[in-house]
Amino acid sequence: MGCELRNRVEAVEPYRIDAQGMHHRQLNETIRAALSAGYREIILDNVNGQRYIGAGISTPAYIEINGVPGNDLAVFMNGPTIRVHGNGQDGIANTMNSGTVIVDGSAGDVLGYGMRGGRLFVRGDVGYRVGIHMKEYREQVPVLVVGGRAGAFCGEYMAGGVLVVLGLDRLPGQPLTGDYLATGMHGGVIYLRGRVAEHLLGKEVQMFDLNDQDWKLLGGLLDEFGNYFGVDAAELKKDQYTKLLPVSHRPYGRLYVS
Amino acid sequence: MRSLLPPEYIVRIDQDRCRRCGRCVRNCGFGALSFEHSFWHRAKELFQGSTEDLQKVIAHVEEYVPDRVVADNRKCVQCHYCVTHCPEGAINIEPNPLAYKANHYWLPHYQKNIVKQAESGGMILTGSGNDKPYFSYFDHLVLDACQVTNPSIDPLREPMELRTYLGSRPKALEIEQDSDGEPVLKTKLTPQVKLEIPIVFAAMSYGAISLNAQKALAMAAKECGVLMNTGEGGMHRDLYPYADHIIGQVASGRFGVNPEYLERAAMLEIKIGQGAKPGIGGHLPGEKVDEEVSRTRMIPVGSDALSPAPHHDIYSIEDLAQLISALKEATAYTKPVGVKIAAVHNVAAIASGIARAGADVIYIDGFRGGTGATPMIIRDHVGIPIELALAAVDDRLRQEGIRNQVSLIAAGGIRHSGDVAKAIALGADAVAIGTAALIAMGCHVCQQCFSGNCSWGIATQRPELTRHLNPEEAGQRLANLLRGWALELKEILGSLGINAIESLRGSRLRLRGVGLSEQDLEILGVKPAGR
Repeated sequence: MGCELRNRVEAVEPYRIDAQGMHHRQLNETIRAALSAGYREIILDNVNGQRYIGAGISTPAYIEINGVPGNDLAVFMNGPTIRVHGNGQDGIANTMNSGTVIVDGSAGDVLGYGMRGGRLFVRGDVGYRVGIHMKEYREQVPVLVVGGRAGAFCGEYMAGGVLVVLGLDRLPGQPLTGDYLATGMHGGVIYLRGRVAEHLLGKEVQMFDLNDQDWKLLGGLLDEFGNYFGVDAAELKKDQYTKLLPVSHRPYGRLYVS
Repeated sequence: MRSLLPPEYIVRIDQDRCRRCGRCVRNCGFGALSFEHSFWHRAKELFQGSTEDLQKVIAHVEEYVPDRVVADNRKCVQCHYCVTHCPEGAINIEPNPLAYKANHYWLPHYQKNIVKQAESGGMILTGSGNDKPYFSYFDHLVLDACQVTNPSIDPLREPMELRTYLGSRPKALEIEQDSDGEPVLKTKLTPQVKLEIPIVFAAMSYGAISLNAQKALAMAAKECGVLMNTGEGGMHRDLYPYADHIIGQVASGRFGVNPEYLERAAMLEIKIGQGAKPGIGGHLPGEKVDEEVSRTRMIPVGSDALSPAPHHDIYSIEDLAQLISALKEATAYTKPVGVKIAAVHNVAAIASGIARAGADVIYIDGFRGGTGATPMIIRDHVGIPIELALAAVDDRLRQEGIRNQVSLIAAGGIRHSGDVAKAIALGADAVAIGTAALIAMGCHVCQQCFSGNCSWGIATQRPELTRHLNPEEAGQRLANLLRGWALELKEILGSLGINAIESLRGSRLRLRGVGLSEQDLEILGVKPAGR
């Protein structure tokens, strides 16, 4: 495979990799080689838990994954778009700088940890500590949209960016998120479809109603979500939404004495 | 609430020597010195508008005493910037003998902290390293030397090798022959970074210290062929020219970490813990996040930079292995990845796990290690001495047959080249110095790093103070320090009759303990002096 990739190509056709039985190191090496050979569209078949796909890749590219990618998908990634036809695992978009990840199924814990830019859309449910320590910097404002439910400590330490939890396909009585929602949050915004019980909230945040600006931002994200997953965004927009904002940018300002 | 804290120091200004140049008044970061405007104050008081008033003012002019420098003793932290820079040598700072009544149990700093907390209800914050009188094992270890047999070597006339590589080593080298019968290395070596002296600068972030201080460290690292460490604060663009000599740290806040940053650094380090604050996160207050710090950390100006206590993607050794691999994948396996931990009770088992997780370097920070800011109660009461931690880790890795998989960096209270040699004999590949480097740049260890008022221009972002530190000059001081220590290390090697630092590494037979208990000696793996 390496030899074949040595010649730079004017890539029009996608490069297909059968990941069956491949070690993650070999798979990622092949992806890097395909990119440096000039391919800009890569299709990975039979992916079954291989980790770090897209790690640190700064080349613009479209990577389609058939199967279940392993932990740390798109870690440190900077630019590419990854579409997962399947479920994802833990740590997707870990410390991601820019790019887009779209997961058709559900995904695991600690998604978007320290994410500084880019977008992550998950159609289904997600695990614990999702959107933890998301941040933003100037024009880089990360977006994380969860179609289903989120586990506990969602949006913990959040310092920037936009986190949306839609809670679709819930069984009756299932809460939108787990407890300690947005604990330690000191920047950014969280939108919830519906409300959560007060006792689920971290002490640093409060629930607010949406204003026109919120609707503009959220409306765009719902349209995008609808496009990716074939959900009727207009229907989603009819629902009630709540906004979570940190009450203080300095939740830990008065703890110390010198 | 009215403060009942007595001043700790008394600033005495010799008014006969003082020529009122005002340098001390302008330079004090803590605002402890000011001019007493005796003339104008009095004149304003006297002159209310009438002719008689004017005459009174004129009479005052005749007895006028020029403005003088006065000190607010409560604000002085004894950083000695004014003392060092007063051109007339007119300033003296003494401890205030009447601050607290003498007591062998209720020592002044306990009393002081109780009063502070009674007035504020907060945690006592401090900077620098643990200053409490714990036992120092370095001070109870001595080095060997050659006499008569196995002669010593003169380093001034014979080559001495201090060069050290950081990275993972293979267990054995496989050699094959090429078609001409020449030997060729078959084993694929993993990436290494080269140190000309087995010393690196400890991680000190831009934010905790000034850019001028970071530049000085970078310049010295480049000049001496060693490494400095960004700390958790990103890499400022002014450091790019030195990137080959910079360790890029990845800590729990992931500040300033993007693919470009990972690409630039010579080596990467996952920071799990710090000797001055094991198990504690970091918190750069919003006031210190100015335009440049914001750009380097990639967070908005004025926002708090919270580094959570744990990495939330690391709850196990397996998770650590995952971040190590992610960093290696993101940099295509081109550079070593290290892990920094604080020396704590189970450090040997933890280090074994880290080595097995695929780290190339383990950095162990002992309880004397410094910090920009930490609760004093943590700094002074958590963690174990580096000497014991290092010996335990080196033993454990050897027992498990994985010592070759990692390089060990020992840190936390390395004060001179003797400590360096002892640490290397105990099993370190290299040491890291933080406080010693700061002292070389001017720091007087006043421990107020967290305040942002550092008059020496080191632990501050205030432009009028960072100006006090000239990066070229400070860099030269650091390079001089390293040169001095390198010369001393060569002397030590020569006296030991060896000509390479490699021969001292883990060679605990060249150490003896003085005044150590049997158990201490057993842990350190050294014999008592006389045996």
